[in-house]
Amino acid sequence: MKVLVTGVAGRIGRIVARRLIFDGHQVIGIDRRPWPDAPKGLDMHAVDIRKRPAENVFRTEQPEAVIHMATVTHFTSRREERNRINLGGTRRIFEFAAEYGVKRVVFVGRHTYYGAAADSPLFHTEEEPPMAVSTFPELADLVAADLYAGSALWRFPSMDTCVLRSVYTLGPSRHGTLASFLRGPTVPAVPGFDPLFHFIHEEDAAKAICTALETGLKGVYNVAGPQPVPLSKLVEVTGRRRVPVPEPIIPHLLGRFGFPQLPAGAVAHMKYPVVIDGSRFRAETGFAPDYDEVQTMEAFRWA
Amino acid sequence: MQWIDPEVAERVERLDLPFNRYGLDPYGIDKGYLRGFFSFLSFIYNRWLTVDAYGVENVPDQGRAMVVGNHSGGVALDGGMILASMLLAKDPPRLAQGMAEIFLNQTPFASTILSRVGQFTGLPEHAVRLLEDDRLLMVFPEGARGTAKLYRDRNSLVRFGTGFMRLALQTGTPIVPTAFIGGGEAIPTVMNLYRLGKLVGAPYVPVTPWLAPLPRPTTCQIYYGEPVLFEGDGSEEDDVIIGYVEQVKARIGQLIEFGVENRRRGEFSRPIPDPSDAVADIPSGGAA
Repeated sequence: MKVLVTGVAGRIGRIVARRLIFDGHQVIGIDRRPWPDAPKGLDMHAVDIRKRPAENVFRTEQPEAVIHMATVTHFTSRREERNRINLGGTRRIFEFAAEYGVKRVVFVGRHTYYGAAADSPLFHTEEEPPMAVSTFPELADLVAADLYAGSALWRFPSMDTCVLRSVYTLGPSRHGTLASFLRGPTVPAVPGFDPLFHFIHEEDAAKAICTALETGLKGVYNVAGPQPVPLSKLVEVTGRRRVPVPEPIIPHLLGRFGFPQLPAGAVAHMKYPVVIDGSRFRAETGFAPDYDEVQTMEAFRWA
Repeated sequence: MQWIDPEVAERVERLDLPFNRYGLDPYGIDKGYLRGFFSFLSFIYNRWLTVDAYGVENVPDQGRAMVVGNHSGGVALDGGMILASMLLAKDPPRLAQGMAEIFLNQTPFASTILSRVGQFTGLPEHAVRLLEDDRLLMVFPEGARGTAKLYRDRNSLVRFGTGFMRLALQTGTPIVPTAFIGGGEAIPTVMNLYRLGKLVGAPYVPVTPWLAPLPRPTTCQIYYGEPVLFEGDGSEEDDVIIGYVEQVKARIGQLIEFGVENRRRGEFSRPIPDPSDAVADIPSGGAA
């Protein structure tokens, strides 16, 4: 299959590209960021997904499938930029795909869509609405991108659209939202709260994306990893130190004294869990992670 | 550690839950927290109060089930004691999982402890998931209305919510009607402060003759009635559901009556009651 991967130079994008090439697919990559040691066989285009050169890639290459993972978080981009990339970029990709006859699109979204709150249930199912908009406004652009991608299911019925909501990825690359939270030697904690954290090894995350592509899955699916663990355990096993900080002070400490740089809304994620139910994806594809929660945490720690 | 009861530790090991190598189950229930939490409850159960549980064999040894009980005594002391009796007095031991008030999940430390011992916020999503996982659910359909009973109303029943019945029907779960006697004696509420409750984020704050809603040493009894499996799928008309709920309420009422009578006599002789006497003449559910 001829597959176009956006955001291919990202940590998961690279693993996905290598996997697809290994499995005998023809892979075209799009990313503004360079990938110096890209594997042979990858047709790399350093273009912006929102611009005309990206459309040219669709026109000239005529890919059969697209994996769209060019989305960014608050760790890398400012608000306006995030909106343009996450929502504007996703819109362009779906429009190009529909126009140039792409048959399958896999959108890689995030489980934080469901939001963290005192009254949100453990193990969210795909039907649940996005509570993140009210609890964590910085996630609004990602929630919008997720919903927009989902709307392709009825707007472009001829295309098989698959929206994945993946838990945090963790692993030897030490990149990603959760890795950024755990980057420093100290991790802030709200005293008296110890939420469950749900994550998946980055190799397993890439495997799930490739599985979704190869099975031609259509619909919205949660991609859960192994069982979730409490933040205190995660901090302990990854060799960090948990520092309880009174809740009102946390926003003032973020980004200083070795604490991670986070928006204030992230405090909800330090109090309440976002845990998802991945049973539908497992049932449809037979997917099972190769790494359990302990191996995943240790892979991150000892990388 | 000293304050871990070795018997509790042994019983926690016998729980039939899928713990990983850190002693954590998929819901984040933690063996270490269970040992500490139940050692504390065991002290209350055996030493501070003296609780006797009758009919624990009526709770299924495995598979989904719903223990449905009455509330009394200001705070959910009855819930804690039912949890304790399921772990301490039942063979094999089971972890009952209650449906906590949301304000507890917003309260520091209570949030962590309750999450680690499987007492999650009372959401229908949690109830359905736990039952479909063949867990034991503990439900008080009176809710906060029930714990707000004053001393003189301690052995009465207030309005039952109906959500539990729809969930039981939807998941095909047997209901174990349960009565807790002595909660009102342990924590005799003379008044409830609703304004103060609003300030601290709780439904209300109960006041006892010694002000704080802490239990005084007394005896308590728990009666587990025979399980009832109602037929249906949870989509029935309200009239039907209310009828079933009233049957459960009547059974609990009869268990309470029986328990109160025994408690009165027990002050002198403490006979061992047989809870099946209390339910023998109640028609079985579902057929109606």
